[in-house]
Amino acid sequence: MFTELEKYKKAEQSEEIIWFKAASVSAFPENGGACVKYKDLQIAVFNFTRRNEWYACQNLCPHKMQMALSRGMIGSCGEEPKVACPFHKMTFSLKNGNNLDGDECSIITYPVKVEDGFVFIGFDQNY
Amino acid sequence: MKKVVVIGNGMVGYKFCEKLRAKDPGKQFEITVFGEEPWPAYDRVHLSAYFSGKKANDLLLASRSWYRENQIDLRTKELIVLIDRENKCVLSHLGHKIHYDYLILATGASAFVPPIQGVEKRGVFMYRTLEDLESMMQYGQKAKSAAVIGGGLLGLEAAKAVLDMGLKTHVIEFAPRLMPRQLDEAGSGLLQSKLEELGISIHLNKNTREIKGNGKLTGLEFADGSFLEVDMLVVSAGIKPRDELAEKAGLEKAARGGFVVNEFLQTNDPDIFAIGEAASYNNMVFGLVAPGYEMATQVVNQLLQNEVRPFTGYDMSTKLKLIGVEVGSFGDAFGESEPSKPIVYENKSKGIYKRINISEDGKRLLGGILVGDTSVYSMLLQMVQNNMPLPPEPEDLILGARGGDKEIGAGVDALPSTAQVCSCENISKSDLCEVISEGVHEIDALKKCTKAGTGCGGCMPLIKDLLHAELKALGKNVKNVVCEHFDYSRQELLDLIKVRGIKTYDALLDEFGEGDGCEVCKPLVASLLASTWNDLVVLQDTIQDTNDRFLANIQKGGTYSVVPRIPGGEITPDKLIVIGEVAKKYGLYTKITGGQRIDMFGARVDELPDIWEELIDAGFESGHAYGKSLRTVKSCVGTTWCRYGVQDAVSFAIRVEERYRGLRSPHKLKGAVSGCTRECAEAQSKDFGIIATEKGWNLYVCGNGGSKPQHAVLLANDLDDETCLKYIDRFLMFYIKTAEPLNRTATWLNKMEGGIAYLKDVVVNDCLGLGEELEKEMAFMIETYSCEWKEVVNNPSLRAKFKHFVNAEEKDPTVGFQPMRGQKRPVDWS
Repeated sequence: MFTELEKYKKAEQSEEIIWFKAASVSAFPENGGACVKYKDLQIAVFNFTRRNEWYACQNLCPHKMQMALSRGMIGSCGEEPKVACPFHKMTFSLKNGNNLDGDECSIITYPVKVEDGFVFIGFDQNY
Repeated sequence: MKKVVVIGNGMVGYKFCEKLRAKDPGKQFEITVFGEEPWPAYDRVHLSAYFSGKKANDLLLASRSWYRENQIDLRTKELIVLIDRENKCVLSHLGHKIHYDYLILATGASAFVPPIQGVEKRGVFMYRTLEDLESMMQYGQKAKSAAVIGGGLLGLEAAKAVLDMGLKTHVIEFAPRLMPRQLDEAGSGLLQSKLEELGISIHLNKNTREIKGNGKLTGLEFADGSFLEVDMLVVSAGIKPRDELAEKAGLEKAARGGFVVNEFLQTNDPDIFAIGEAASYNNMVFGLVAPGYEMATQVVNQLLQNEVRPFTGYDMSTKLKLIGVEVGSFGDAFGESEPSKPIVYENKSKGIYKRINISEDGKRLLGGILVGDTSVYSMLLQMVQNNMPLPPEPEDLILGARGGDKEIGAGVDALPSTAQVCSCENISKSDLCEVISEGVHEIDALKKCTKAGTGCGGCMPLIKDLLHAELKALGKNVKNVVCEHFDYSRQELLDLIKVRGIKTYDALLDEFGEGDGCEVCKPLVASLLASTWNDLVVLQDTIQDTNDRFLANIQKGGTYSVVPRIPGGEITPDKLIVIGEVAKKYGLYTKITGGQRIDMFGARVDELPDIWEELIDAGFESGHAYGKSLRTVKSCVGTTWCRYGVQDAVSFAIRVEERYRGLRSPHKLKGAVSGCTRECAEAQSKDFGIIATEKGWNLYVCGNGGSKPQHAVLLANDLDDETCLKYIDRFLMFYIKTAEPLNRTATWLNKMEGGIAYLKDVVVNDCLGLGEELEKEMAFMIETYSCEWKEVVNNPSLRAKFKHFVNAEEKDPTVGFQPMRGQKRPVDWS
């Protein structure tokens, strides 16, 4: 058994990626996020229209263990794209998951691709 | 390549390596460093931190990998036993022979051990190295009491260490007072009484004759015949330069120890330098870290053929916290260097002693002593070092300006640019200003790139003041910009939105901002747009805080709470029943709020539209508990029921609440109406509070509860209904237009120049001629109000946004509840 946090780590690990078809592009608000369910994981997916980029990360904020990041505001810190947790405004890089407030806890990010109007998220094929 | 060998890897030896590498990135010197201790150089100044829990690693000045990365050959646990000047090489105790072109003696000092009979006994320790500390700690576990010989700086540091070990602590001093070199009798006496309060016994005028005990010490016998029973003894009575290499090498030694050096830190062999506590200049050894660093810097300058500042002595001013007591001694502390007049302030009940010595002509500050409060130390030291003119009333320097709120002394602005701000690293005001002007505007970054404040840290307050003053001078801090994405204040953005007719966040960012926005500017702009155009906030849902995005308050566990509006706190039994039924149906926890309404907790995001549909059908509307907007207007029952009431408080409260419902503002807004002077609605704790009088209403503004409660102040009295509303219109609109983000009305008023008198002028006397415009703007907000939840419930595409997963109809499986007092509460996450 994995703890809720460890599950996300496990789903990120290997080089062999399986692409999960999440939902159509229109399901995700512009410059905002929505939550995708994959097996027993919750993934926050962001449609960063302004940068013409897509990002995905765990929905679980590790700070106070809240399923909330998909409801957070996104933005940038310098060049770094980021998401702010709606609970306590802790911010994380959408590129590498690093905590941008200098705190220890960070998040797992996942690759995203868009094909034929659908959004795909990449997971470890063994998960 | 020239070869530099450094003997000694203490603080100064390390600083030499750091400076040499930093100033010579081309690495034209090969560096080998010998240290006899097992670890790389550590912070000896803060050794006592080791006892309060810091690990040896925390004290290291640099890790071993730093030496590797900088190509410095560090050899710890290796002692140099011989210098062969003829062949220019050194010999270590392991038999290694190393050639040098330049030799740096940074051997430091050992603890000075007074010639007392019995110092070899078990239980007697020196206080100098990490190894000393480790053996002290081990021995101390079995001990109950300990004495420290030495009541100076080092001795009191050792006493702190012993006290932290939990032992009964005695301090033995030969002189008639503590810290005899830094403090006068009065200052020392104050320090003594403070230390005694902490349970430390101080024994002055004591000459230790013999350390008693059979193999293991049991006590001390003094020259006056008295005896002190202790289990442990720490000797920290001074330092003795480590100059034992001098004799065989034919290097000159000072009478009181130390390698004799000239003003270029050269020994009698010009290729051999001595720095730090091992060096003796003019028969003086400098037992502080700052002069050691200065010596290291000057030797580095010579090797690199940079400009050299000859070393001709050093200011021995010190400021430190000794066992919790702040002590400072600067310049000519005793006023002995020339005829002088002291000014003394002593407050025994507060534990403060301050003395400054003024030159006889009353024009210059020579030095002084501070005990108990050293907040003015840096400023005073600067005045001494830079020969700055004294203020007309020099006592203001230690007493503060009395009878005015002007800042004392000259402030950082008056410091000359050459003034040394950080003495440990020798950083001047101009060094700092240069870096600040190059764009380093954060205190941490400033520390990192100048190293200022990284030594003892005593100059940090001065550095902060300097940074703020410089930023102000650069026009930076003066302007209160929103964040990195908008170089405008909130008020400027509001004007831009109005004048340019901007209706969306993206348009504003495109036209006036940069980057991609953030969690600070997005909700701020959302609020401005709402306060200007009053469009439905959920149309731009991703710039809203989560509460405004889902029109409910997010709570622990990720569920939301629902608060319907109950104007003035008046509700019919039928509506109460509806709330009860809805709460029961969706299994919600219910609680009465502080604003006379009912909060329902534990609703999942997908349930929100269904819950609201039922509430709206029963005649409720949004309570805007989620927004930075008007919350409630609380009331008491007033004349309709109360025998004391003088006006109909409930009717007026309902009218006021319905007038301003949904009004978005810089922060939440609360109001109240009380029916008489007994003030049962607590109107004076609200952003606007209305209290009934025989003739009408008294209007109070800018109060709040919260973390810093503040009473509202009277804006106008005996108003009729219409005038009262007119003034509130103007007041609220003026607040919305001019307040900084997330400032409540109380904070806004506190920052307002002219305070309540000015606010009265604007609102009541209309001194800006804005009155009509403000009223018109408010009228627009009132006209365009609509219930947000009603819009969402009736709009299928907006409604569709209220679900947890985009790819599953399932609810969030991590949401869980547990029972509590007949209701439910969220489960705590593991």
